[in-house]
Amino acid sequence: MSASHENPEEEPTRRDFIHLLAVGTAGMAGVGVVVPLVHQMNPDASVLALSTKEVDISSLSVGEAIKVFWQGKPVFIRHRTPEEITASAETPLAVFKDDKARNGNLPANDDAEDKNRATNPAYMVVVGVCTHLGCVPLGSERGEVKGDFDGWFCPCHGSHYDTAGRIRKGPAPENLPVPPYEFVTDSIIKIG
Amino acid sequence: MAHESTYVPGTGVEKWLDKRLPIVRLMYDSFVDFPSPKNLNYWWTFGGILAICLVIQIVTGIVLAMHYTPHTSLAFESVEHIMRDVNYGWLMRYIHANGASMFFLAVYIHMFRGLYYGSYKEPREMLWILGVIIFLLMMATAFMGYVLPWGQMSFWGATVITNLFGAIPLIGPDITTWLWGGFSVENPTLNRFFSLHYLLPFAIAGVVVLHVWALHIPGNNNPTGIEVKDVKKDTLPFHPYYTVKDGFAIAVFLVVFAIFVFFNPNSLGHPDNYIPADPLVTPAHIVPEWYFLPFYAMLRAITFDIGPISSKLGGVIAMFSSILVLFVLPWLDTSKVRSMRYRPIAKLWFILFVIACIALGYLGGKPAEGSYVFFAQIATLYYFAFFLVILPVLGLIETPTQMPKSISEAVIQKPKPDDGLSTPAAAPAE
Repeated sequence: MSASHENPEEEPTRRDFIHLLAVGTAGMAGVGVVVPLVHQMNPDASVLALSTKEVDISSLSVGEAIKVFWQGKPVFIRHRTPEEITASAETPLAVFKDDKARNGNLPANDDAEDKNRATNPAYMVVVGVCTHLGCVPLGSERGEVKGDFDGWFCPCHGSHYDTAGRIRKGPAPENLPVPPYEFVTDSIIKIG
Repeated sequence: MAHESTYVPGTGVEKWLDKRLPIVRLMYDSFVDFPSPKNLNYWWTFGGILAICLVIQIVTGIVLAMHYTPHTSLAFESVEHIMRDVNYGWLMRYIHANGASMFFLAVYIHMFRGLYYGSYKEPREMLWILGVIIFLLMMATAFMGYVLPWGQMSFWGATVITNLFGAIPLIGPDITTWLWGGFSVENPTLNRFFSLHYLLPFAIAGVVVLHVWALHIPGNNNPTGIEVKDVKKDTLPFHPYYTVKDGFAIAVFLVVFAIFVFFNPNSLGHPDNYIPADPLVTPAHIVPEWYFLPFYAMLRAITFDIGPISSKLGGVIAMFSSILVLFVLPWLDTSKVRSMRYRPIAKLWFILFVIACIALGYLGGKPAEGSYVFFAQIATLYYFAFFLVILPVLGLIETPTQMPKSISEAVIQKPKPDDGLSTPAAAPAE
């Protein structure tokens, strides 16, 4: 390479060619080494294989909630009372800190109205991981604190969620995400 | 300081080796005949103490790894197995767990010493930067080590800290999944943390070698901050003068260490970590180990959005910046005078800075509510103001007090009454 730098008129030499070839090959080899070394840390096949879960909700009575385990995370399924649904549906959009639906079954830019948060408004299905720093909010078990909006309350840094899992107060930036799910029958939900 | 080698190989074997691999010469010039300022006080012994800490952690850690199982179904029980069944396992684990705290105690004193005496200033910028890199590696190692017992605080601490990366715009969630090797903190996470926890101490040891190298080019700073002018008058050989002084300090330090290991082995840990990890139940208060509390307080102090930056991202930025700012400290401090012994105003701001750090440590352990948040915000503001406003401005407007002409003159003078930190070495006959 040095020869051609000294005299730009001159044709590239064989040494220039070997330099470029060597550097190019080493660069390609470097990429070939880095990709597997980095990608091996991503979720493996056995983790991905467990990515769906079926839940029977026939025994879940009105006002109760359950926690199920999906992809290593808790999912809350709450059987809401008609009053809760009405109250939630009537809350104006302007009061929400996060006005996006965050619903894995709907387009990303849908708004956070109650109807956009559940496939069947009686059953609220949300991922039970606080969007602040990943704690599990309280409010599913009987007797647990439900927070100021009767939904869920995160004890770590004080985030309050409403019955539709929307953030209403505290440091969490987003609504609890709704996982992708479907009703296989009237009483069986398939999450994931 | 770089100096002529004075090593003379004694035996035939040493002569033979010296021609082929002058490793004995290197050791002799670095740790026996190395000229050190004669006025180093006890705050300078923490470098040696830290070297001992690293050795203790590596030795006990290798032993623990022989009995520990990095799997979510066995990790907690294997730690109990170490505590109950393995011969002296309880001793190894308590030394290792408390050793982490002792390591951080020593490194914080070491860093405050560097701040007070201006050890980060020209020509020791690289020495300081390498030290900050070691500190970052220590934090990563300690964090991953705390996850390994797989108790409740292990699990939830790991969850909170790995979720911090989710605050990064666009790629945050992908990075978090990549760190976890799953969709939450799970077995792949524990397994890789064990691997990295074993690796990083050796990386630290490597950077320590560079740190000592970078120290031996300009030589030690000293309490006066005045450079060595006359090697004969201003310095003493490292051995025996500082091997003895460091050795005594190490012995005292190990007494404190032993008090924790044998009488209060769990006082620095959290009781919740004796509950096995449960991904469905979050402890009421997640607190990190004491040595991370000041940074945790800064993370939680940002409770407001700043333009497009959410409070969550803001907290993460504040926390990481608090360490990143140390990298540029040598260029932020504009004062020509190194030691704050001769900077009457800077000294006061420094004391306030130490108080702010301790206050942040206290506040980080309290729930994030009410006045705790307010005071954490004040202390965080002061932390950054100290580096970004006070040190740059003060260097331009402060009038330093009169400095001695040389180290030897400072040693011969009576110790200044306003400086409680100094322990003047006896002036040897010249």
